[in-house]
Amino acid sequence: MRDVAVVGFAQTPCVRETDGTTNGVEMLVPIFHEVLGGLGLTKSDIGFWCSGSSDYLAGRAFSFVSAVDAIGAFPPIMESHVEMDAAWALYEAWVKLQCGEVDTALVYGFGKSSAGQLRRVMAMQLDPYVVTPLWPDSLGLAGIQARMGIEDGLWSERAMAEVAARSRAAAMSNPLAQLSGPVSPEDLLDEPYVADPLRRHDCAPITDGASTVVLAAGDRARELCERPAWITGFEHRVDSPSFGTRDLTASPSAVAAGKAAGADGVEVAELHAPFTHQELLLSQALGLGDITVNPSGGVLAGNPMFTAGLSRIGEAARRVHDGTASKVLGHATSGPLLQQNLVCVMEGRD
Amino acid sequence: MRPAAVVGTGQTHHAAKRLDVSMAGLCREAIDRAMADAGVDWPDIDAVVLGKAPDLFEGVMMPELFLADALGAVGKPLLRVHTAGSVGGTTANVAASLVQAGVHKRVLAVAFEKQSESNAMWALSVPTPFTMPVHAGAGGYFAPHVRSYIRRAGAPEHVGAMVAAKDRRNGARNPYAHLKQPDITVESVRASQMLWDPIRYDETCPSSDGACAIVISAEPTSSRAAWIHATALRTEPTTFAGRDQVNPRAGQDAARALWKQAGITDPLSEVDATEIYVPFSWFEPMWLENLGFTEIGQGWKLTEAGETEIGGRLPVNPSGGVLSSNPIGASGLLRFAEAAMQVMGTAGDHQVDGARRALGHAYGGGSQFFAMWVVGSEKPA
Repeated sequence: MRDVAVVGFAQTPCVRETDGTTNGVEMLVPIFHEVLGGLGLTKSDIGFWCSGSSDYLAGRAFSFVSAVDAIGAFPPIMESHVEMDAAWALYEAWVKLQCGEVDTALVYGFGKSSAGQLRRVMAMQLDPYVVTPLWPDSLGLAGIQARMGIEDGLWSERAMAEVAARSRAAAMSNPLAQLSGPVSPEDLLDEPYVADPLRRHDCAPITDGASTVVLAAGDRARELCERPAWITGFEHRVDSPSFGTRDLTASPSAVAAGKAAGADGVEVAELHAPFTHQELLLSQALGLGDITVNPSGGVLAGNPMFTAGLSRIGEAARRVHDGTASKVLGHATSGPLLQQNLVCVMEGRD
Repeated sequence: MRPAAVVGTGQTHHAAKRLDVSMAGLCREAIDRAMADAGVDWPDIDAVVLGKAPDLFEGVMMPELFLADALGAVGKPLLRVHTAGSVGGTTANVAASLVQAGVHKRVLAVAFEKQSESNAMWALSVPTPFTMPVHAGAGGYFAPHVRSYIRRAGAPEHVGAMVAAKDRRNGARNPYAHLKQPDITVESVRASQMLWDPIRYDETCPSSDGACAIVISAEPTSSRAAWIHATALRTEPTTFAGRDQVNPRAGQDAARALWKQAGITDPLSEVDATEIYVPFSWFEPMWLENLGFTEIGQGWKLTEAGETEIGGRLPVNPSGGVLSSNPIGASGLLRFAEAAMQVMGTAGDHQVDGARRALGHAYGGGSQFFAMWVVGSEKPA
């Protein structure tokens, strides 16, 4: 395999609502400027572009088409798009670099959850013949998963509140976070339920945001970045969508992706866990033990849909870039209740 | 790059409404045929790539998630591609790259559209800021480009009708085609209703339910394989001052890169069969020029001379093309799969004799997303 590394990362602030149009592509121009400028590159230096977004989030068909305008893609570019979190666009770009056709790739994702009613929009992801017509609420579904874990003794409401408190505290060092601050688990446990056993702090906030990551291969990566975050494992898997046949307290796809990507021995992990109990579930599935999880605050501090997973990889890579860690893990999830999981393991080399 | 080949293809019987199957059943119909054609079983498949045009066409957000079981993807990597109308072609290229990169040995690519589940016209008519609404459908958007082409090239009016008659006659030879019109004539096409001047009803693609699947492998699984000689993707913005929508630069750039990678210097003499994305008849001569098969302004002459018929110098759409079946998300992959069938010699009644190298082509959006490949019966050198 070719040596490929994350060499650049930029993201917008995570906010409850931007002023931009419904698909939110306006958020892209400043971060393209930031990430390319930081690397001393222009758009013509990029060999391959790939993005992740969702038409349903924007409430319109072909919502990604306007993003091509944000790039200013003339002369034409080599480009593709996944209707998934942009972490999977990063995977597609990594494959393209492995083909040897190009040496650089820019990946971006964007989502404006404020354009619609997110809980209702997410019900459109379910089986359209037998489940969606019941309009299950996404918080309600997560509540079922959390309840099953509590009853199986896998986690508790207190452990969940501790995850939330730790996220908010960690996010105090993240100027782009939507939610941050010192809170005590005791205070959080006094809050009312929104979907028993989930309280407001157990659920990621509704967020508008975008992010971008630049990949480069071999010597090009070394030229662009003092300490590239070399990708040593990049894997993703999907589980059945059927809630009735799936053990909701386990995540076989996360276990398999973590094992295949070589998650053993990572020092820092950024997990894409939109609910507190899912962070506990994923830490277990990935065998993370006592390492630092979500030093950025994770998605409980800001959850820009369709790019939150890409941001996790960018945040993890940043710990390699700044020399605070030498082996890190970025994780992304997609689909209801952790149906699909992706793991990207990166290492710094001195 | 590691060599990769299409080792099996499958498609559904396309129809306006496939009320006999769900989305899962539709996909599975194509997948089962592709797997049988390739002679492989589920344990032989390492990853699945699903392509589909906008989710609003069926009213399901990211349908690959609920389809994971039907696609045989559970426990495996599953990627979902969406690049507007070019998506089927991009899906094939992404699946190919997974094998060419050495990441997987064998990948299943699937693309579908079940337009009857929803209302495509509604899905394309959501009012959006700063974007001209296309309430007249795709034909209304593309008609001015066609008119502009006719004016620039000085093409006689009957050329579009010739394309439509040819593609529908070809479609009659294809057991899977939605429209089969063996008796259609240039005169009958010209007598059909004008929809978006100069595009007539019979020069317009149907709206179909359908799916297509292919198996791409690093090693052949039988004595026949369609080796992938080149792939290309190019994108440009929808609108900006000076953009040439009749002959988009992204299409020209993609074709140039494609021919170079395939080692082709004279496409017209070196390519034996083509499956070109022609949803409205006039796009045949337009794309012949954009792809570099002819000089600018000369594409219609190749069509008028009958050279794009099966048996002509450059058969275009022997399967009947998009004019005979248009399950939008699958239409690009159908072009790529039909090109593979031609070089594998499995195209049946619409086989081009001795086809050894074939082009698959797809475009999407406002003629701004392009995906292409060249496949051949010989392993690339």
